[in-house]
Amino acid sequence: MPDVPWWLIRRLAFAVLLVVIVSSSALVLARLAPGDVTSEFYGSGASTSALARERALAGLDRPLLAQYGEWLLAALRFDLGTSLLYRRPVGELVRERAFNTALLAVTALAIATLAGIPLGVMAGSRSRGFLRAGIRLTSVLLLSLPSLLTSLLLVVVAARTQLLPIGGMSSPTPLDGHTWIASLSDVAWHLVVPAVALALPVMALLERTQARAMAEVLRQPFVLAAVARGAPPARILYRNALRVAVRPIVAIYGLIVGSLLSGSFIVEVVTAWPGLGRLMYDALRARDIYLVAGGAAAGSLFIAAGTLFADLMLVMLDPRAALDRSAQAPGAGRAAL
Amino acid sequence: MRSIGAALLAAIAIAALAGPVLAPYDRSQQFRDQLFAPPMRIRFFDEAGQPRAPFVYRWRLVDRLERRYEEDRAQPLTLEWFSGGRLLQAPGGVPLLLFGADSFGRDQLTRWLWGARTSLAVALLATAGALLVGTVIGGIAGLASEALPSFDEGLMRITELVLVLPAIYVMLALRAALPLVLPPTAIFLLLVVILTLVGWPHIARGVRAIVIVEVREEYAIAAHALGATRTRVLFRHLLPAAGGFLRGQAVIVLPAFIVAEATLSYVGFGFPDTVPSWGTMLQEASNITTLAQFPWLLSPAVGIFLVVFGANLLLETRETR
Repeated sequence: MPDVPWWLIRRLAFAVLLVVIVSSSALVLARLAPGDVTSEFYGSGASTSALARERALAGLDRPLLAQYGEWLLAALRFDLGTSLLYRRPVGELVRERAFNTALLAVTALAIATLAGIPLGVMAGSRSRGFLRAGIRLTSVLLLSLPSLLTSLLLVVVAARTQLLPIGGMSSPTPLDGHTWIASLSDVAWHLVVPAVALALPVMALLERTQARAMAEVLRQPFVLAAVARGAPPARILYRNALRVAVRPIVAIYGLIVGSLLSGSFIVEVVTAWPGLGRLMYDALRARDIYLVAGGAAAGSLFIAAGTLFADLMLVMLDPRAALDRSAQAPGAGRAAL
Repeated sequence: MRSIGAALLAAIAIAALAGPVLAPYDRSQQFRDQLFAPPMRIRFFDEAGQPRAPFVYRWRLVDRLERRYEEDRAQPLTLEWFSGGRLLQAPGGVPLLLFGADSFGRDQLTRWLWGARTSLAVALLATAGALLVGTVIGGIAGLASEALPSFDEGLMRITELVLVLPAIYVMLALRAALPLVLPPTAIFLLLVVILTLVGWPHIARGVRAIVIVEVREEYAIAAHALGATRTRVLFRHLLPAAGGFLRGQAVIVLPAFIVAEATLSYVGFGFPDTVPSWGTMLQEASNITTLAQFPWLLSPAVGIFLVVFGANLLLETRETR
């Protein structure tokens, strides 16, 4: 038992370090970039004194180290500064957008899991047949459609058939007369295109991983023994084999968190979903350094929480994983990019 | 399946290499009266159903506002082969638009072929870069794992850090840290460097694992005993053992880089519009209404799909064996 807590402490320390390093380097990178927020605001027509006043207000006139130190001290008290672009507290903005991204990512993950895992079990437990070949071909096709392509394709389909709304998170209709249920279903309706676009490649990845793990496990002697004992096939599949085959799947979830966040960026840009990705994009373009740093902090928090959760699940399923740091899921490279 | 994948990738590579000959026009040629013209169909049978040499109908603009075109059926235009140093041309200077035209009236097929050159060149160079950086760092870490465990540990921590970060944000942040407007060659090199920086960690991890195993093998010990230096053992004896792994990684990383370039250019952080790449072509598709009306703007998406699909077919067979 003494191993597990030590391992957990290390992972937690890594998570904290990740958030600090990522948001700090985002701030420094954005600050070092040529131009600043004022050049975006005023163009060339503004007077020098007005620009200087604006810079002083934004804290851009001070040396990098002083500015960074002040930001870091404030950040430790959860004060992420004020967005220079939106003129609102960064923390508030980021929380709002992070929620939208989380909604998108969690929905996509749920769709991918609910479809991908059963399909993987089906494909992996058959040695031949149309079903196996069909699922496999579909997965390889979907794996070849990164979320940049799925979102563009779905947008075209939705726009041409006019079946689903595209763009934004809700309809621009006036709110009066709408119950909260109506507005909730409106958001859910708008969520379909981005969530499916984000889910499809992940679903294919989960299906392939699950199918491979399943096929692997079914070749093991304990399965043969169960068959020899006369256990019903469904029981062998879902009680015995699935339990063992779940490990590579859980291992890959830690990496999927990263690819969901990466994928959600482009899905948000294509479908105009108001999430963290769009916010970061706008902040980078406008050189809004505090917003860039805040967004980076939120993103890395996502990643840290996701990988930590996946690791915890892994250890709960198989305590050996705590010792085996080098344990790596197959196909991990694919999920990471 | 494996051979299909290889054939697909080879076909695209040939199309890219032969692009200047295959493309009907110059990269920047515009047809002002053909904005958003749909793809032309090559026909083999005339109105009466009689077979004849491959021909097309020219587009006649029927609605300038909605950009609607109709085929001019009165005049079949027999295609000209190998005229003026190009594979295929329409007679009499009529624009031949097999993939349609974009908002500037540029031939999409021409841009597609030149775009393939740009996108593939960036991805290939970055793949080479990522393999090189990954192999060197992984190899050094693997060798150091016994003599200098803390050095190895440090390298692996850095690797892990880069690995967990969502690649697209790292690329965006790195790109945004430099001036947005740069000459095309500078952007080309910059993209290669950025892709290399996000691509190496996974390779480094794999190479390190292989080196750690191989360095304990007898042949490596023998080479060391015969007086070979550490570097020589690493490069002459250990790294060849990672060859299969590196080939597999190349097939994973190359399509990912193609997608990454397309994403960056799509959001305006990559090449400018004057340099055709699959990403800058997709930029034309960034307006949802335009895209819905002129879906052939997605032709670069087909190119991206084909590359990733070809690579996945190669991988799929490799992994199930």
